[in-house]
Amino acid sequence: MTPLVALLQIIGPTTAPGLGFWFLMTIIKLIVIFTVYMLGAALLTLAERKISAWMQDRHGPNRVGKGWLQPIADGVKNFVKEETYPDAANLPLFILAPVISFIPALITWAVIPFAAPWGSRWGLVEMVLAPLPVGFLFILAISSLGVYGIVLAGWSSNNKYALLGSIRSSAQMVSYEIAMGMSTIPVLLLAGNVSLSQIVNQQAFETWNVINLTVAFFIFLVAAFAETNRLPFDLPEAESELITGYHTEYSAMKFSLFFIAEYCNMITASALMATLFFGGWDVPFTLWDNLAPHTGLKTLVTLGFFAAKTLFFLFLFMWIRWTLPRFRYDQLMSLGWKFMLPLALAYIVAIASLIVVLQYLGFAQGSWPFHLGLAMFNIVAVIVLFMILDRGRIISPAYSRLNQRDIAELRAVAGARHAAPLLPETGD
Amino acid sequence: MSIGVKVVERPIQQTSYVRATLTGMAHTLKHMLNPEKVTTQYPEQKESISKRWRGTHRMLTTEDGKAKCVGCGLCPTVCPANCIKLVPGEDEKGNRYPLVFEIDEFRCIFCGYCQEVCPEEAIHVGRHYENAEFSREGFVYDLERLMAQTHPVSELWDPMDPKGE
Repeated sequence: MTPLVALLQIIGPTTAPGLGFWFLMTIIKLIVIFTVYMLGAALLTLAERKISAWMQDRHGPNRVGKGWLQPIADGVKNFVKEETYPDAANLPLFILAPVISFIPALITWAVIPFAAPWGSRWGLVEMVLAPLPVGFLFILAISSLGVYGIVLAGWSSNNKYALLGSIRSSAQMVSYEIAMGMSTIPVLLLAGNVSLSQIVNQQAFETWNVINLTVAFFIFLVAAFAETNRLPFDLPEAESELITGYHTEYSAMKFSLFFIAEYCNMITASALMATLFFGGWDVPFTLWDNLAPHTGLKTLVTLGFFAAKTLFFLFLFMWIRWTLPRFRYDQLMSLGWKFMLPLALAYIVAIASLIVVLQYLGFAQGSWPFHLGLAMFNIVAVIVLFMILDRGRIISPAYSRLNQRDIAELRAVAGARHAAPLLPETGD
Repeated sequence: MSIGVKVVERPIQQTSYVRATLTGMAHTLKHMLNPEKVTTQYPEQKESISKRWRGTHRMLTTEDGKAKCVGCGLCPTVCPANCIKLVPGEDEKGNRYPLVFEIDEFRCIFCGYCQEVCPEEAIHVGRHYENAEFSREGFVYDLERLMAQTHPVSELWDPMDPKGE
């Protein structure tokens, strides 16, 4: 019974709203989130094109309503275009695939707290659609569903490039999902909870996780790029190698759904990074926003901060996309398995040990020596990591791994082969 | 003979991924904040073209509005693409004029030989490039159309002034 009560206390507001009001607010939140999300995805396509243009000293779209109506023009175009169905495609799966890739990105938003609760006259309204006590596990579970859409799209298209793209994406997403999950364990260790609201609260009352757990943040960031199939990890699409990978055979609105799904995934990943490592909706340097009374003003301000953090990460996504070239496939795999995963595991052990040691020394979590200790360790870890990464040979090589002795051996073998006649002479 | 495995020992500045990434990001950010753009906003803003630009043709006229052409037949002879159709005529005073003068701008390779060879300086290639049409037939310019063109004509290359200054 006690755990259940504890769980209820996490979600349980101080003054519970009536069932009718709760239902009404949930419907409103549902509509608002969906609208904002869809509009956001549309505007992000514009932002992406604008930002890429600026980075390349161009203007970007500036014709339809000075550029602002470009997403609408794109949408209209996608709606009126012809839907093509390849003869050899597996039609039910072909139609289902874009839906499957689109929905998980949308569902994830249900558990992300986007503002401080609003203490209305009729009760406390949580600014999260579904304050699940297992919020974080829910996100991990749902986000791993996204890969099915891509794999099914590639498979049902019956096109070799699409299939190659989807195979790549399944390998990539499975590899990086592990690193992603592992990188968040230190966050959960500090929060002592998997509820996202609790993680936000813990950061608000102590410090943002990015200060204590920069290495975990770094791993999460890289894994998030891989999970959303964005450059430098856009191997599933890889225009130059695979046409456009898994959505080669798609046209019109079904193609558009994949496109929207990519941006939805970006928004979700950005919001997650903000929530897990940058304090979610927390306003830094003050506890004003975290303590009761929960007014509407606090809700609006925290919503603004959350949006700003999310937008920053969205910009980071685009910034990196238009800067870095694509990884080679073997580099991607070795980065994921040989570097990110061991690093994440080692980091869990290090952080867990450090917490135990600090608590053994008598510094309770929440006291300043505890966080100072974590931060000091973090600085050291970041410097060491930077030194290792800076050697530039971790990701399989632009640099030959062969050592001199092997090369000498190879040369000897090759020399012997050349010295011997290749084929026995045959008379005419 | 040995296989040529070349192992290059490069300094850390060249092999570092972190520094390369950060430099690249700084570079793109710098360009993003740079207000100078390289795009020409085409329909409103046009690139200037060379004085020797060879575009679609123009037939020059005399003061009384007749074509300068005397139907000598030099331009269809010199035309390497065989795109000029000329039928000469002669009036009662013995003045020669073109009965039919058509240039197929699709066949034309815009070499400018017709302009060079013309003894009357009648046919010219023009400094013009916006030639869109709705049909293929529209690209066969007849005499009337050639005379109606108003764009500036191309200048011939001057050996004394090879760069056109």
